[in-house]
Amino acid sequence: MSGARPIIRVEEARLSFGGVRAVDGVSLSVARGSITGLIGPNGAGKSSLFNIIAGRYRPTAGRVLLEGEDVTGLPPHALFARGLCRTFQIPAEFGQLTVRENLMVVPAGQSGERIWNAWFARKRMLEEEEAIGRRADSVLEFLRLSHVAGELACRLSGGQKKLLELGRTMMAEPKVVLLDEIGAGVNKTLLAELAEDIRRLNRERGITFFLIEHDMELIGRLCDHVVCMAEGRILVEGSAAAVRSDPRVLDAYLGGGRAAA
Amino acid sequence: MDQATLGLLLYVLGLANLAAIYAVMALGLNLNWGVTGLFNAGVAGFFAVGAYTSVILTAPDSPHFLGGFDLPLPVGMVAAMLVSGLIALAIGAATIRLRSDYLAIGTIGIAEILRLVLKNEEWLTNGVRGITTIPRPFVAETALVSELSYLAMTLAILLVLYVLLEAALNSPWGRMMRAIRDSETTAAAAGKNVDARRLEAFVLGSMLMGLGGALFAHYLRYIGPEATEPVTTTFLVWVMLIAGGSGNNRGAILGAFVIWTIWSATELLTRQLPPEWAVRASYLRIFLIGLLLQVVLQRYSRGLLPERNPAERGATGPQDRTL
Ligand SMILES: Nc1ncnc2c1ncn2[C@@H]1O[C@H](COP(=O)(O)OP(=O)(O)OP(=O)(O)O)[C@@H](O)[C@H]1O
Ligand SMILES: [Mg+2]
Repeated sequence: MSGARPIIRVEEARLSFGGVRAVDGVSLSVARGSITGLIGPNGAGKSSLFNIIAGRYRPTAGRVLLEGEDVTGLPPHALFARGLCRTFQIPAEFGQLTVRENLMVVPAGQSGERIWNAWFARKRMLEEEEAIGRRADSVLEFLRLSHVAGELACRLSGGQKKLLELGRTMMAEPKVVLLDEIGAGVNKTLLAELAEDIRRLNRERGITFFLIEHDMELIGRLCDHVVCMAEGRILVEGSAAAVRSDPRVLDAYLGGGRAAA
Repeated sequence: MDQATLGLLLYVLGLANLAAIYAVMALGLNLNWGVTGLFNAGVAGFFAVGAYTSVILTAPDSPHFLGGFDLPLPVGMVAAMLVSGLIALAIGAATIRLRSDYLAIGTIGIAEILRLVLKNEEWLTNGVRGITTIPRPFVAETALVSELSYLAMTLAILLVLYVLLEAALNSPWGRMMRAIRDSETTAAAAGKNVDARRLEAFVLGSMLMGLGGALFAHYLRYIGPEATEPVTTTFLVWVMLIAGGSGNNRGAILGAFVIWTIWSATELLTRQLPPEWAVRASYLRIFLIGLLLQVVLQRYSRGLLPERNPAERGATGPQDRTL
């Protein structure tokens, strides 16, 4: 990693749920402009770490820095305003909104979100709506969801809901995006295209990606840097190839398998 | 016009007046529950606050309660909305962050406290005797004209509210509120300040309940603690919204008219009861309305006019959406 200030820095973060230490003293950095991967067996604490970074849960101890500033305990919407956007492993879409509306909710600073403007500044509101609608349409096209744009989001398939999660991040103007298993349930061909797009967004717009993924091939293809967690701690980090062949990583996965068996 | 026809006409006008007033409150509850998913179980409290605020500000001087401000009626109504809104702001600031059931408990509690205050603080409200010197606008020579004029006013207010609420619901504001209702977590991750927005919807809805209270008091020209019973306000307004169609402004209005008509009809029914049954009348009516709601929901699981997303394309699929 270069000496530049990391975009995300986690210091000694801990998070317990009752007796379960989901995150047990994790420190890591995500380099600005990188695509960083996070792997580890089920229950390793990966999603919990994302929840800490994105402000969903306040860590029981430790700090989170975003672009060098302490953001520990800030609510999710405040982190969104600072350019951090995330997807959920289990999508919770806005079920009674259409797919297109789900995306149109996202852009910040819509004048029509003030009820006063919705009544008395309709012209400006409608102009903005047009622009946001066009943007939503292009994201939908990109995600191959145009044909369901007018459907209620609760009617989407599991994989389509995953795509909608990704679409949400594309409607924002993020500096850093946390993707929690965006590939799970998405077909291989589309996933390969999405990977290509992630790389392009990363290169062209300089968006940093931090992603949880179980598909090692995808990790190898995308990530500059990979972190492996197990039992709430960081086990190994380094290049994808190095992490993949590390005996401790193999052991953790096998160990998880043994425990589950 | 013979006496019987006139009597019937007056009955219908009275029915329509009260139904329109309830419709204002049902629109308020729709803003809370239907649009934003806030479980406001304190309709009666905001109703009472609105009623007494407007009455105290507009009534002539009296030794029996706080008054003598003699302000014009519109001032009373605006004040009713403002005071209800302020109380909602205080309750909401304390409870809106918590799980939704705490909001329900909080609003029930506050409504009950307000009721007891209004009943016991005689200097303010004349206690259990209530207030009978409430001004009513458009009082004319004949009851018919009086009723008609008041109805014209309530319907005009209802229409304005409907237009404003529809515009809001179909704007980015409404979209954001519905998003918060459907998934708080995702809305927060999409940058929406969930707590502040829920508070906003809670206050706006409660203001309409306060307005309903004011309209009610000036219509009946009497307000007493029994008018703030949860059964005739909280319970009925909830039934109206759920039967009419939660999430749909037209459904809320339709529900108010249908349920209020039936509620009044049950009174005609229970009046026929033999005297030894008369004491049971009040809960029999509630039972009948509860039963009716069950029947309606069997046939129309999401209310008579279910929420309909205008952006949705060709809603032909199965209708088993979650609430
Ligand atoms: N909200 C919660 N309440 C209670 N326990 C939780 C909660 N979230 C996570 N946990 C626990 O924390 C531990 C880590 O869970 P986490 O979801 O972070 O794992 P993960 O690495 O994302 O796993 P997976 O690959 O299966 O998604 C698990 O033991 C889980 O049961
Ligand atoms: Mg996970």
